[in-house]
Amino acid sequence: MTVSPEKPARKLSMKQRYTALTHDLDWTPTYVTEEEVFPFTTFEGIKVHDWSKWEDPFRLTVEAYNKYQAEKDRRLYAVLDGFAQSQGQTGLTDARYMNAMKIFLQGIPVHEYNAHRNFAYLARYANGPGARFAALCQSMDELRHAQTEIHTLSHYNKFFDGMHDWHHWTDRVWYLSVPKSFFEDAMTAGPFEWLIAIGFSFEYLLTNLLFVPFMSGASFNGDLPTMTFGFSAQSDESRHMTLGLEAIKFMCEQDEDNVPIVQEWLDKWFWRGYRLIALVAGMMDYMHPKHVMSWKEAFELYFEEQMLNGLFKDLEYYGIKPPRHVQWAIDEKEILSHQVYWVLYQFSHAAAFSTTIPNAEDQAWLEENYPETWPVFKKVAWDKAQKVMDNGGRYFNPGLPQLCTVCQIPMGFTEPGDPLTQCQRQSVYEGERYDFCSDGCQWIFDREPVKYRQSWLPVHQIFQGNCGGPGGLPAVAAWYKLGPNDGAEYLGSNDHKNWLAWHGQAPKEA
Amino acid sequence: MTAATGARPVGIDLQENEENRALVEAIEADNPDLNIRHMPGMIRLTTNGKLVINQSSVEDRLGRPWETHELQLAIISYFGEFVEWDDDVIVIAWQH
Repeated sequence: MTVSPEKPARKLSMKQRYTALTHDLDWTPTYVTEEEVFPFTTFEGIKVHDWSKWEDPFRLTVEAYNKYQAEKDRRLYAVLDGFAQSQGQTGLTDARYMNAMKIFLQGIPVHEYNAHRNFAYLARYANGPGARFAALCQSMDELRHAQTEIHTLSHYNKFFDGMHDWHHWTDRVWYLSVPKSFFEDAMTAGPFEWLIAIGFSFEYLLTNLLFVPFMSGASFNGDLPTMTFGFSAQSDESRHMTLGLEAIKFMCEQDEDNVPIVQEWLDKWFWRGYRLIALVAGMMDYMHPKHVMSWKEAFELYFEEQMLNGLFKDLEYYGIKPPRHVQWAIDEKEILSHQVYWVLYQFSHAAAFSTTIPNAEDQAWLEENYPETWPVFKKVAWDKAQKVMDNGGRYFNPGLPQLCTVCQIPMGFTEPGDPLTQCQRQSVYEGERYDFCSDGCQWIFDREPVKYRQSWLPVHQIFQGNCGGPGGLPAVAAWYKLGPNDGAEYLGSNDHKNWLAWHGQAPKEA
Repeated sequence: MTAATGARPVGIDLQENEENRALVEAIEADNPDLNIRHMPGMIRLTTNGKLVINQSSVEDRLGRPWETHELQLAIISYFGEFVEWDDDVIVIAWQH
């Protein structure tokens, strides 16, 4: 079929349609002042002289938005149906793969929903129609992401432990305070800081690391539904990245006085976001049985190449510099995933996912991808854990770890250039001592101690008796609503046994 | 800054499926220095300076009308900036 050269003439070009249906629908209030209609866009000190300068390169209208989003959902739900009907869960690479998706389900959808709420607020309270409309689209996207993630993963809940009470765990369980505190920190900031925190630092700088190699990994491990919702969500993310980029440029272009404010937010939110996705490093390198790429390679490709060598050269024009603690992140790329997974391994008896020692195949891959650092970690951690297993035990840390006051991750990170010396920073504020995992987290606290002194730190709360009262781990697990098979060691778990049974390898009952 | 802008890489990640084959071929044809990397489920296209997607090139290969908005069904991620997104062309480049 050949396409006829004369296409039906459109009445308006894409640009004219966009302008007519977004910017031109705006009006200037006359019965009330602008400050009364938009009361939240001045207190942060950001100066805006002309809201009409806010551009949306996607030039979406409500009609186009609905049309394409509906098509995305149709495609996704066709895949989900086919997967469920064909017993797709039996075709995963291994049941232990599902542990990564348990953490995802427990830690992410609820914050997609939070993002939906906060973008709805921006869709009402941003002064300019371009910003309001882009925020409205993103608000609807985020709601769609929460729903599609929950729908997709609900299929696995029929067959695997660790998925049934995610909506409850997300507010209570220790490691899930990491994403919770991150998003609540952003939501309690002002609208412009939110845009730099979520729109720019998270969506543009960092989510590629969460969604792109991780979802490609889902594809590689037979998890068709996750790959599909991941890429479907990611198609919206491209718009979100654009909104974030527009936000930072708009603020910098509107007034030079905005630049130092934006820079500090960027410094803060890069580090907050980077620490949050440390969990993804552990998931990618240790929980995926088959690997698309290592965390280190993903970091080089999606952060160093794209952002440091691409984006930040562009932002130099406005006087924006790369984030304050970026070198620390670069220096950590060889050790981050080892440290995170070792923390998860030691404490998975109090978690809704299971862990296990990397098997021979995993170890060969780790050795190949981390030739400098893997042998060190193998010796100090995994060889010892293996010895305990060989003697019929399983190493769990019997204590409660100290948490970083800002990122809330257990203090398992190390000094730069020295992978065996734990990093510990301290600040004293009004006579109380606060502890941090890194210079980045300490810097964030010192800038806003009044905010971060209020952190709801799970370990402190357990010791204060606020998590099921006294009674040790059983009381806490009951308060968390952890079932007996949700966490601990993978080998011998229900998930493991079921997996063997599905594939005709179940051990004979004695 | 022009030289630096021209030299820096830009790129786009697309879902790799039958639906998007014509789009990928059109991008290959219109961007001679394209680098291609296949990953499970996706394809990563990068080049230096700017990446262009022409509506007519996609339509020629697809054999049906194609709105540039349809890129939204294919895209996973990108780096650079959408400096142009119109009825007939999409351009990704750095601004400065």
